[in-house]
Amino acid sequence: MVVILTSTVKLRDLIRQIRSARTAAEERSIITKECAAIRDSFREEDNDNRCRNVAKLLYIHMLGYPAHFGQLECLKLIASPRFVDKRIGYLGAMLLLDERQDVHLLVTNSLKNDLSHSTQFVSGLALAACGNICSAEMGRDLAPEIEKLLKSSNAFLRKKAALCAVRIIKKVPDLIEVFIPLTKALINERNHGVLLTSVILIREMCTTNPDCIDHFKKCIFNLLRVLKNLIMAGYSPEHDVAGCSDPFLQVQLLRLLAVLGKCDAEASEQMNDVLAQVATNTETSKNVGNAILYQTVLTIMDIDAESGLRVLAVNILGRFLLNSDKNIRYVALNTLLRTVHIDKAAVQRHRNTIIECLGDVDISIQKRSMELLFALLNTNNVRSVIGELVKFLSVNAPPELKSKLTSTIIISADKYAPSKRWYMDTVLKVLIHGGQYCRDDVVNSITQSISESPEMYAFIVQKLFIAVKEDIGQQPLVQVATWAIGEYGDLLVAGPCDIGEPIEISETEVVDVLEHIITGSLCSSTTKYFTLNALMKLSTRFKTEADRIQKVVGYFTINTNVELQQRSVEYKTIFKRYDTMRTALMERMPVTAQSEKPATTEADNVVEKNEEAAAAVPLPVAQDNQQDSLLNLIGGLVGDQTPPPAPAAAPANNDLLMDLLGLDSGPPVMAAAAPAIPPVTAINKQGILVTFNLSHEGEKLKIVVESRNNTASPIADYLFQAAVPKTIQISLNAASSTTIAPNGTIHQEMFVSNPNKATLKMRLKVSYTSGGVPAPEIQETLASFPVSY
Amino acid sequence: MIEFLMVCNKAGAVRVSRSYTTKPLPEPRGVLHSCLKRNSPQQCCHFVLKDHKVRIVFRQYASLFFILGISEGDNIMAYFAFIHNLVETLNSYFSNVCELDLMHNVDRAHMILDEIVVNGYITESNRSRVLAPIAILDKSIDKV
Repeated sequence: MVVILTSTVKLRDLIRQIRSARTAAEERSIITKECAAIRDSFREEDNDNRCRNVAKLLYIHMLGYPAHFGQLECLKLIASPRFVDKRIGYLGAMLLLDERQDVHLLVTNSLKNDLSHSTQFVSGLALAACGNICSAEMGRDLAPEIEKLLKSSNAFLRKKAALCAVRIIKKVPDLIEVFIPLTKALINERNHGVLLTSVILIREMCTTNPDCIDHFKKCIFNLLRVLKNLIMAGYSPEHDVAGCSDPFLQVQLLRLLAVLGKCDAEASEQMNDVLAQVATNTETSKNVGNAILYQTVLTIMDIDAESGLRVLAVNILGRFLLNSDKNIRYVALNTLLRTVHIDKAAVQRHRNTIIECLGDVDISIQKRSMELLFALLNTNNVRSVIGELVKFLSVNAPPELKSKLTSTIIISADKYAPSKRWYMDTVLKVLIHGGQYCRDDVVNSITQSISESPEMYAFIVQKLFIAVKEDIGQQPLVQVATWAIGEYGDLLVAGPCDIGEPIEISETEVVDVLEHIITGSLCSSTTKYFTLNALMKLSTRFKTEADRIQKVVGYFTINTNVELQQRSVEYKTIFKRYDTMRTALMERMPVTAQSEKPATTEADNVVEKNEEAAAAVPLPVAQDNQQDSLLNLIGGLVGDQTPPPAPAAAPANNDLLMDLLGLDSGPPVMAAAAPAIPPVTAINKQGILVTFNLSHEGEKLKIVVESRNNTASPIADYLFQAAVPKTIQISLNAASSTTIAPNGTIHQEMFVSNPNKATLKMRLKVSYTSGGVPAPEIQETLASFPVSY
Repeated sequence: MIEFLMVCNKAGAVRVSRSYTTKPLPEPRGVLHSCLKRNSPQQCCHFVLKDHKVRIVFRQYASLFFILGISEGDNIMAYFAFIHNLVETLNSYFSNVCELDLMHNVDRAHMILDEIVVNGYITESNRSRVLAPIAILDKSIDKV
């Protein structure tokens, strides 16, 4: 299409040209040509066509192209006497000029002149422009003019002047004093436009400067009168918008009342009647009616309303929930969420409606109903509510909500559970339906709860086994199930339990399932760790399958997963060398202390780490012989010659040791802080005397370990080891020598740092050969240190 | 208060765009995409735009989307009614307004908007009062 390159192209033609461009490049070329033409014409000071050019420029600006070169032209247009020029000029100023532009301030003078113009439309233009773009300096300059216009007799000007004043007050809060005296007259307005803008002005004043609120409280009566007239007035064609009498004014009045009545019982009391009237008289069939009701509810929530009014508000929200329009439901749910913390009883009545909203298609509504139901939970309704939530989870919960849903259900079920049986049923259902979205700490809290209810062991483990047999896709379910099977496997095959349906499960079946889990590729590595531990535990609980289990465990000694390989090697060693101890090692875990609840505490972390890293080694540390076997085990592994990945083994061993020691949390020991720290005798056995000399070095505790040989024969290959609880760090320097002559001593330095100020305990181990013969190892625990550290 | 008003068609072409704050306008395509996602009759017509933290209320009329960005704490339902009021006003001025009318008369659309909204606050809801100054302007000049 041929483009005519004169500057007198009309706006319509330009639009037509741009629309006929078939590609973006074509459109761009048309626009650049037109911009060039416009620029030329600006330079030539073409007065007649200036407004047309600026109009075109504005259109181009709206399409997204740069148009800053037109700013000065807008100014020139504003200064011209023709109304058309001014119109386009002000439009351009409002679109192109904002406070960030340098040219902005130049408008001030023209604005000033136009504000006092005789024609109301010109003043109106100037007011609109001022209201949209004025800055702080401009505001200060123009405030007197605005003030004059607020007092003018022309309603058209007054209403725009009021909004101008709003902007000025926002920019220059000090000027409030100029406008306050005028508001009194404005409230008694008849013209709704002016009334509307004055209400907005007053509200703005109250928000900017809370001291004004007291001043305006005197007007509450007038405002209420206006509101009352609006609702009682019936149909008035002048103010009717979709069946309601000036809804925007009503909404703004209600908002203002909310601001005025906040935290003021007396003012709120005045409003009670009118608010109740608004609530009952407004028609709810139309959107505007609902808008007014919604604002009423918000106002009631904000002020110190009497309880009857609050109940009315909640009932309105309940009615909203039954409405078929999704927007209204959403708005109602949102507001209910805010009020439920203040007034639960009132919201409880609408519980059933909220449950229905769960079934909605829109995810934002579902999310809010879910949160609301969680807030409404208490011991009375927990069964029905959680039942509904579980149904929601299994049927149509969207994936984004599932993780929060599952975790909250389990935590709430734990808090409010009416019976253990119900809790287990619920947990099982949640795991089956929402399994893969559960958070990790949920698994721990579930195992914790299971271990706390011994009478349910058989029932639970059977249910879990059946669930897992069908489907091993959901990791948390499989993890909990394998843990339970490992712990309580003997109950699983023992035959029917007294609760639930009787079923027969054989040991082979169980091992089949576990083997399937661990050798398949469907499960995550964490699940496989759980399963390996479970298999080990079953090797003692099941009579007939021990060999098969040993074989399966042995598969993983050459696995690429380091953790799996390491455990497999350790277990294989248990089978080979320490078979006699296997039963003792694999005993059931005792119930851990009640304080370790799902909220992640340090103890819980320890429990969790223990389950994963050292579940093979049981917790009871009360018996010394078990301890010995433990340390022997570890000592044996340290010196083991089999080829597991050596760097992984050593730190993992320390972890194991640390974990065990971390759990040995006896009552906290308060050591007395002695100014001079006496030496501590650590070990005095078999002729070896080990003393600690303690001193503080900066943040750390320095211990000089002095080992004395009180026997008659020389000692060689002397090795001193120490371990501390998990949160404490220890570093051991090399000993001065590994051989000690009779009555000789060697020294070693040890540094302990305790950033978390945990109780300092130490487990020590000494091994040596005496006279060429390896002597029995010495182990000792130091639980008290004469140092408060 | 209203932070911005955007009217665009389904393809993302902006027909009228107006901002009442100094914050940059969000990308029309992005907003439109979110609006289209929720446009089935079963879904809510308002949501919060993630990056800009502004609440969007929108309504669709034939091929045009009227998109409003409002600030926190405002009454969503009232702005819904406002959009409808605005459309009715445009309708009575252009008589059976359609997208082409808005495209060819952007300046008029802006002027009508200026009579209804000043600095983000609704000023006048009465249709005849809004259109009176525009009628006078039309009488005194020929169209630009």
